[in-house]
Amino acid sequence: MFHRESGYFKTTYQADMGLYPLPIARYAIVAIAALFFILLPAVLDGYYLSIINLVAIAIVGALGLNILVGFTGQISIGHAAFMSVGAYTAANLATKLDLPFWLTLPAGGAMAAFIGILVGIPSLRIKGLYLAIATLAAQFIIEWIINHTPTISGGVAASIEMPRPNFFGMELATQAELYYFLMVIAVIAIVGALNLIRSRIGRSFIAIRDQEIAAEIIGINVFKTKLIAFGISSFYAGVCGVMYTYYLGVANYENFQLITSIDYLAMVIIGGLGSVLGSIFGAIFITMLPIVIRLLMETFGSIFIDDAALAQVIAQFRLIIFGGLIILFLVVEPDGLAKLWQNIRNYFRFWPFSY
Amino acid sequence: MEWQFLFELTINGLLTGMMYALIAVGFVLIYKSTDAINFAQGEFVMIAAIVVAGMAANYGFPIVAAIAVGLLFMIVFNFALERIVLRPMIGRPVVSIIMATIGLALMLRGAGPLVFGAETRPLDIGVPDEPLIWGPLFMTPIDVVGAGISIMFLAIFGWFFMKSRKGVAMRAVADSHMISMAMGINVERYFALAWILAGVVALLGGLVWGSAIGVDTQMAALGLKVFPVVILGGLDSIIGVVVGGLIIGVCEALAAGYIDPLVGGGTKDFTPYVLMILVLMFRPYGIFGKPIIERI
Repeated sequence: MFHRESGYFKTTYQADMGLYPLPIARYAIVAIAALFFILLPAVLDGYYLSIINLVAIAIVGALGLNILVGFTGQISIGHAAFMSVGAYTAANLATKLDLPFWLTLPAGGAMAAFIGILVGIPSLRIKGLYLAIATLAAQFIIEWIINHTPTISGGVAASIEMPRPNFFGMELATQAELYYFLMVIAVIAIVGALNLIRSRIGRSFIAIRDQEIAAEIIGINVFKTKLIAFGISSFYAGVCGVMYTYYLGVANYENFQLITSIDYLAMVIIGGLGSVLGSIFGAIFITMLPIVIRLLMETFGSIFIDDAALAQVIAQFRLIIFGGLIILFLVVEPDGLAKLWQNIRNYFRFWPFSY
Repeated sequence: MEWQFLFELTINGLLTGMMYALIAVGFVLIYKSTDAINFAQGEFVMIAAIVVAGMAANYGFPIVAAIAVGLLFMIVFNFALERIVLRPMIGRPVVSIIMATIGLALMLRGAGPLVFGAETRPLDIGVPDEPLIWGPLFMTPIDVVGAGISIMFLAIFGWFFMKSRKGVAMRAVADSHMISMAMGINVERYFALAWILAGVVALLGGLVWGSAIGVDTQMAALGLKVFPVVILGGLDSIIGVVVGGLIIGVCEALAAGYIDPLVGGGTKDFTPYVLMILVLMFRPYGIFGKPIIERI
């Protein structure tokens, strides 16, 4: 936030590592919470809330991927597969055993974490690009297994109808009700990630990212820590998949294909590698982008092209703009939106002096 | 009868494998000299084929002229690409470069159909359609021609890298950017050369694969087939590409012939990846890849 910080001096490491960097941050958090939990649901209608719901889901997934890619330095191009593992686990538990959401959510996450750790095992020997392609392989293999095992995927169309989440007898069916449900999970995920990276485990993640051998020398068990990173990251992915399934009301593998993995990778990189705030920005940006492009194309596109042709080219234009923006961001602002935000903040912090 | 089926699958697998190698070599070329992993190689192949087929079909170019236009386009495009996108990315984290090429892939996937139309077109480079029957063996002519082009090109390539001045310089650049610079090699020029060569290879791949499976955006999926090939062979080895291509081609053909009837299809797409993971377990840098020695 744009507040002055003169007069605050941190005298202990505890204070320096604190969740709230300054006392004023507490008020800022309260203000943001009031905005999102009281004001927004009261003013916005279902359509806009449904977009925010999608963003909340994406935030959880992006945080998970950022823990792996941004903090631990292990590339995963198969994250959507972990989401589908979570989604199908939860869908099966909810339909066959009638379990409520507060059991299916962690169960989906735990199952995804288990699969994620399995995929992460080669990471001891396989590094960098080779590992990236190995996770790509996991994407295809998991997708194929789900698709060809009727007991998991629920038959020909490979989709399972998901009952609405049930909160103490109240069925969360409308977008506004789902909004609170998804938002609470997203907040827990954000706070969890913030605390994780301040902990011993989080710092050992960063040590492995920066210099693997050096990390090993100072006594970090590299293999174990990498597996923990894969596990936590896939847990987030699994929860994200379950959230998406509750949101859509159906578990379908088509929502968790390679292109989804790429979307999440784009969120993490455009938002900013190794930044929790960056994951949130990235999730907002990538989720909103197709919606905004579509809106702009439908509004202004007809000036240049006639309507019949427009419907056909809209998908292609979306790809071009999406790809172009990814490249532009990478070339112009390597550290992502988080860095951009920091620059803006610093400008105001030092204003009116530019140094 | 059984061994004949096996034999036929193997031969066709080998031919397909050579054609995979043709695409994969562009990928290795870029990785070897610039350290960039190119997720858009499949899209390069696609856009080259779309340009050639589009020029021939939409503007009535004879096929030779269309290929010339395609060649010119790929050279100019990849040269510009290296300048505008990849050069500022030198020294960035691997994942950023991967993402940039993915962004590029998405752009190409949108731009190709936008300019030349989205329908599937045949690409006729003068190869007959009737299958070659040789004893009990069935072969598709385009596969044979494709494998032939691939072998020819890889041979030229081998000569280029071993004997020519530019090839030797490229190997030096691949070994160490810094030492090459110190030895007076203009490293950036060889980066551009690597991308241009990759574009030319993509054009060849586009011609061969375009006449084999038809030209549309589906061709981009070939890019995904190439990953097991290059990883299996080792990311920085040209011989590895050929060996990897052959292994993957045969593996795919056998999976399609023997496993598909048992489990209901689709194994063709993921058996190469399973094989790749198994090999990686024992050889983390592929069969011919160079191990990276880590120092602090």
